[in-house]
Amino acid sequence: MGKTKIMLGNEAIARGAYEAGVKVSAAYPGTPSTEVSENLAKYDEVYAEWSPNEKVAAEVAIGASLSGVRAMVSMKHVGLNVASDPLYTCSYIGVNGGLVVIVADDPGIYSSQNEQDTRMIARAAMLPVLEPSDSEEARVFTVRAFELSEEYDTPVILRTTTRLSHSQGVVNLCGRKDIPDKPYERNMQKNVMMPANAKTRHVFVEQRLKRMAEDASSFDINKVEYNDTSVGVITSGIAYQYVKEAMPSASVLKLGCVHPLPKQLICEFASKVDKLYIVEELEPVIEEQVRSWGIEAAGKEIFTVQGEYSANMIREKLLNEPVSYTVSKDVPARPPILCPGCPHRSVYSVLKKLKIHAAGDIGCYTLGAVAPLNVVDTTVCMGASISVLHGMEKAKGKDYITHWVATIGDSTFLPTGVNSLMNMVYNKATGTVMILDNSTTGMTGHQDHAATGLTLKKEETYAINLYALCRAMGIEHVYEVDAFDIDELEKVVKRETQREAVSVIITKAPCALLKTFVPKGKCHTIPEKCVKCGQCLVPGCPAITRSEDGTVTIDDTMCNGCGLCMKRCKFDAIGFVPNEK
Amino acid sequence: METKNIMIVGVGGQGTLLTSRVLGGIITKAGYDVKLSEVHGMAQRGGSVVTFVRYGDKVYEPIVEEGQADVLIAFEKLEAKRYAHFLKKDGVLIVNDQEIAPMTVVTGSAKYPENILEDLKKDRKVVAIDAMAEAKKLGNTKCFNVVILGVAAKSMDFTKEQWLEVIEEIVPKKTVEINQKAFIAGFER
Repeated sequence: MGKTKIMLGNEAIARGAYEAGVKVSAAYPGTPSTEVSENLAKYDEVYAEWSPNEKVAAEVAIGASLSGVRAMVSMKHVGLNVASDPLYTCSYIGVNGGLVVIVADDPGIYSSQNEQDTRMIARAAMLPVLEPSDSEEARVFTVRAFELSEEYDTPVILRTTTRLSHSQGVVNLCGRKDIPDKPYERNMQKNVMMPANAKTRHVFVEQRLKRMAEDASSFDINKVEYNDTSVGVITSGIAYQYVKEAMPSASVLKLGCVHPLPKQLICEFASKVDKLYIVEELEPVIEEQVRSWGIEAAGKEIFTVQGEYSANMIREKLLNEPVSYTVSKDVPARPPILCPGCPHRSVYSVLKKLKIHAAGDIGCYTLGAVAPLNVVDTTVCMGASISVLHGMEKAKGKDYITHWVATIGDSTFLPTGVNSLMNMVYNKATGTVMILDNSTTGMTGHQDHAATGLTLKKEETYAINLYALCRAMGIEHVYEVDAFDIDELEKVVKRETQREAVSVIITKAPCALLKTFVPKGKCHTIPEKCVKCGQCLVPGCPAITRSEDGTVTIDDTMCNGCGLCMKRCKFDAIGFVPNEK
Repeated sequence: METKNIMIVGVGGQGTLLTSRVLGGIITKAGYDVKLSEVHGMAQRGGSVVTFVRYGDKVYEPIVEEGQADVLIAFEKLEAKRYAHFLKKDGVLIVNDQEIAPMTVVTGSAKYPENILEDLKKDRKVVAIDAMAEAKKLGNTKCFNVVILGVAAKSMDFTKEQWLEVIEEIVPKKTVEINQKAFIAGFER
């Protein structure tokens, strides 16, 4: 055996793509998919980019595939919604060089706004789906996905889930395949999807899926493990691991290709086992199809469609062996919070003071919804803050939104927020949009974007100027304010929310977790001056705690020296020690 | 070998991921099958975070479940209490004697429990350490996570030399010395 390495599922997907000879990769970051692109970018042989959103990324990959090279696009499950427009139609076009779409679902909703199941969308788009169950399979199946893509003339979805993407396992490393570029061929009937051509291609798509379904029974990635045949389980992905852990003696049909299903193989397996179970996280996608063939199987009447599964869950539900344990009582919850020194906290503290509601967006600043800030009222999807605010104004009138703003991050404004802002200008809105510019994509782990001046490969590039962009759309009132200058911010927000015109306030300060961020110093309390008013605690900085007698302490290992607490203190009871240069 | 289950729990931002990387490194070197499961994304922002590490001849699921952990490494006391039921009856709890108040406590909607260590010690084996104090002695509070790892390493099957070698391979070059010192401070305590 050759070299092995312990790898995250996502890193192994990147490795597989590298080995498969992928030339072009595009993506927009999104947990749990981000590390695929980050790792792929490390290979010099691969062009990898962050695109402004998943639709653009998908189209970049489609273009690369049509030109004749192997191409990949990766995204989280809700990113697939954004990319659906090109992908549904690309299903008709097919590929020239292999085209693989990595989609990471989030059962358990660790870092998302919903729990949708990619397999449902894949069925609607008539696209095949492969599903690995550990890091090594993530590598192997990615290679397989490229091969199948070219063999069947179809984009192929490789579906992963949070647990797989963010678990590490041992991976066997192989070399990069030498895949020669294919020539580009002009083919209007195949590549120009206008009605007459699309009608013909729809027939092809249907035949393609039928042919694949027939062949799938002999795919090496669909595996039968016969043991005790009194119980048989059909499963796939990470759920396979839970089944093996809990029921080592059961017979298992492990599906590597979950769409289209290998009907012949499934029928054969079902006929050889006495009792058939289907164990799949999220929606009953396999179950409903299998049952539609008249096969008796138990699934979602036993298992939930919500969240992640586990071996203990299978022990309890299938083996009737519930695991008993005593959970500690009175353990306060610890939900995620904005970090010490986070500029979003400063902005929200001003909005809170002014009793302003925020139509929020997707990013760390969604945490402005929870106590003690309680400023964000709505969160839908990427970019929705601006359009939701616009809808409110059109429904209730311009006076209604004088105590509202939209809050959106720099890395969320560029993907889709910019369209919504254009709409406000076009349709004569008067709302106030706040772009919380922390110079990065914070929540997903600090990825660059079109306004940071660096590419995914860390090459210097032109940084789109958000101020100039907004001005170019015809917005007269665009202001840049230091996110920690709370007096100025208060003044500007008060003025602009009253203004009968679209205004944009860009609050600026870098994310405190950026590697380039250096704290200016540390704050500390001056107990003899403290009157225990609690004003410093209002913004909810985790570095500040109050003991029962009201005394306030600042944890110097956590403080990032933003000085927000100091600015809020009217009694000079918080001091600041600058860091030595 | 029967699969060994280790859990690392703490507060997002405490550096649990480095600890699990070192663990993954040493286990892989020893030639075991291994799976690690981590939390990325939103929970990393000050939330309760868990890392699972499982190793043995053949490992299937990447998570450790209730009642299965041989070693539970808690970077914070409240998190030790939250996950204590994951320990086996004879499992060891390594707990860093540090309190980080969750926002629910800061805002007054909940109370930080008292006597956590005493309660935990009642029915399980507990090793407590003030890793932050040890790290301060070494002049770098950031390496407190490796101090905890050093303490936990005593409940695992690898030698000091193996640990130091893996630390050298995994941490950034500039921090090798301080991290090795931090490990030894925990290991030889």
